[in-house]
Amino acid sequence: MINSTVAEISAALAAGDISSVEITQAYLDRIAALNGDLNAFITVCEDSALQQAKAADDARANGDDSPLLGIPLAHKDIFCTKDVLTTCGSRMLHNFVSPYNATVVELFNSAGTVLLGKTNMDEFAMGSSNETSYFGDVKNPWNTECVPGGSSGGSAAAVAADLCAMATGTDTGGSIRQPAAFCGVTGFKPSYGRVSRWGMIAFASSLDQAGPITKSAEDAALMLNVMSGLDKKDSTSIDRPVEDFTASLNQPLKGLRIGVPKQHFAEGLSAEVEQAVRDALAEYEKLGAIIKEVDLTNSHLSVSAYYVVAPAEASANLSRFDGVRYGYRCEDPVDLEDMYKRTRSEGFGEEVKRRIMIGTYALSAGFYDAYYRKAQKIRRLIKDDFDRAFEEVDVIIGPTSPHTAFKLGSKSDPVSMYLEDIYTIAVNLAGLPAASIPVGVANGMPMGMQIIGKYFDEAKILNVAHQFQQHTDWHKQKSSAIAAANGEA
Amino acid sequence: MALDKTEVEKIAHLARLHISESEAEEVTTRITDILTLIDQMQSVDTEAVEPLAHPLDVVQRLRVDEVTEENQRDTLQQLAPASEDGLYLVPKVLD
Repeated sequence: MINSTVAEISAALAAGDISSVEITQAYLDRIAALNGDLNAFITVCEDSALQQAKAADDARANGDDSPLLGIPLAHKDIFCTKDVLTTCGSRMLHNFVSPYNATVVELFNSAGTVLLGKTNMDEFAMGSSNETSYFGDVKNPWNTECVPGGSSGGSAAAVAADLCAMATGTDTGGSIRQPAAFCGVTGFKPSYGRVSRWGMIAFASSLDQAGPITKSAEDAALMLNVMSGLDKKDSTSIDRPVEDFTASLNQPLKGLRIGVPKQHFAEGLSAEVEQAVRDALAEYEKLGAIIKEVDLTNSHLSVSAYYVVAPAEASANLSRFDGVRYGYRCEDPVDLEDMYKRTRSEGFGEEVKRRIMIGTYALSAGFYDAYYRKAQKIRRLIKDDFDRAFEEVDVIIGPTSPHTAFKLGSKSDPVSMYLEDIYTIAVNLAGLPAASIPVGVANGMPMGMQIIGKYFDEAKILNVAHQFQQHTDWHKQKSSAIAAANGEA
Repeated sequence: MALDKTEVEKIAHLARLHISESEAEEVTTRITDILTLIDQMQSVDTEAVEPLAHPLDVVQRLRVDEVTEENQRDTLQQLAPASEDGLYLVPKVLD
């Protein structure tokens, strides 16, 4: 049952075919068996998970039938979880036991889910390979010599290897979608403001957004039903009614207008990913969709604008880590400045320090107009491109990543790593919702397709993703190692 | 735009980071590479473009100025590396 979707486990729990304690124990056993190799979890909450599962079974016996009641999940270690270690993948927070829950965590707790543990991630969500974590690399379950993607690499690997039924992630420039693509799972970044950021350790506040990582689009809809909505504790949370995202999953796609950005099929895209996405577009045509080319003229500027906006906001957000109130403090500081400098230099890893310095430079006296303000203007151009395209189409589809997962240790220079997110970053700059769903397998590694929607049109993206998953089975494919661990031939 | 080692040391100081002598050269090279990537955006004329701070151009939500949270000083201070009598301790600032 551990390889089932949330929808299937939910039905089995409702029918009494299995208890939450049983399925929770099955995942805990699976984590014990595979996490040593994969390193997807930083913390496993064995005792509290079983207590929560027991409480869920009791609630069900008393008539509670919430859809996610008793479903075991994992939270990315960026979400504050009360009384549980919350590291954000950093030495800076290696000892930080959060005194409160993030709103997202509260919402899942209220829905009756079971927290299996906290997943590994790039340090402070800065990375596209999960190699910047203080707690070691996560391995891709399809090939343990490859990266799982990042920054939500632990969550994507955990879902792909059936270490949990579902997981949360966060996405600032592609951190849900790219690892979902690399691990062959479904990942969803909602519209900016759709999900509360309160208690989610901040990286770039104008870009960060939490979302689900799951085994199907239907499961993503079930998670979004719980996660979404106004939170008065997050001043950027949007006051907008939350619909039932599962309601329109089965709408037929006849007449759907799909935009295909020519810039996402240009130089740099691998032949096998291009073929897989083109095959998927042909499948959509069979379902009655109309394909149109769209022009995202300024998309080539998205990476450069992002590497101003994100580091600038990060340099401000990460100034709170000073060794005074919580987290790491260096040994025997001689004075206050020595304490700040050594705490931060020893507590942060190379990539985080690099981005703090880029951001500090961009915001320093005399450079604001040339960098931050310029980048905000580029953001406007990128958003305008999407607005124009969405006058003619309902969704935009292209590859999530230019290629399949790369080898661990193969990208040592930061700029080549940054260019990994070439198709995903513009979506964050514009604040749009987008999913990545599995679209094929090449040379034993999965590939992802990105579906971008209009603001707050999450339901349409999920509908488009779900219909594809009703007519193909790429989302059900597993690596041979994981299939073998599941006892399949 | 290329930076030299002195400029990088100045940025590090502003960010309260310590760069050791042995790291300085590599850090300078990496940051210069990233600034070269960033400079691609200078190729477009944005004179007439309004900067975008929020994709939906929403305005700040305000609330009534009243206390809504309870005081958790003792709980929160337990997380501190050093504290005493309700105060956070840091190295001596004044002699």
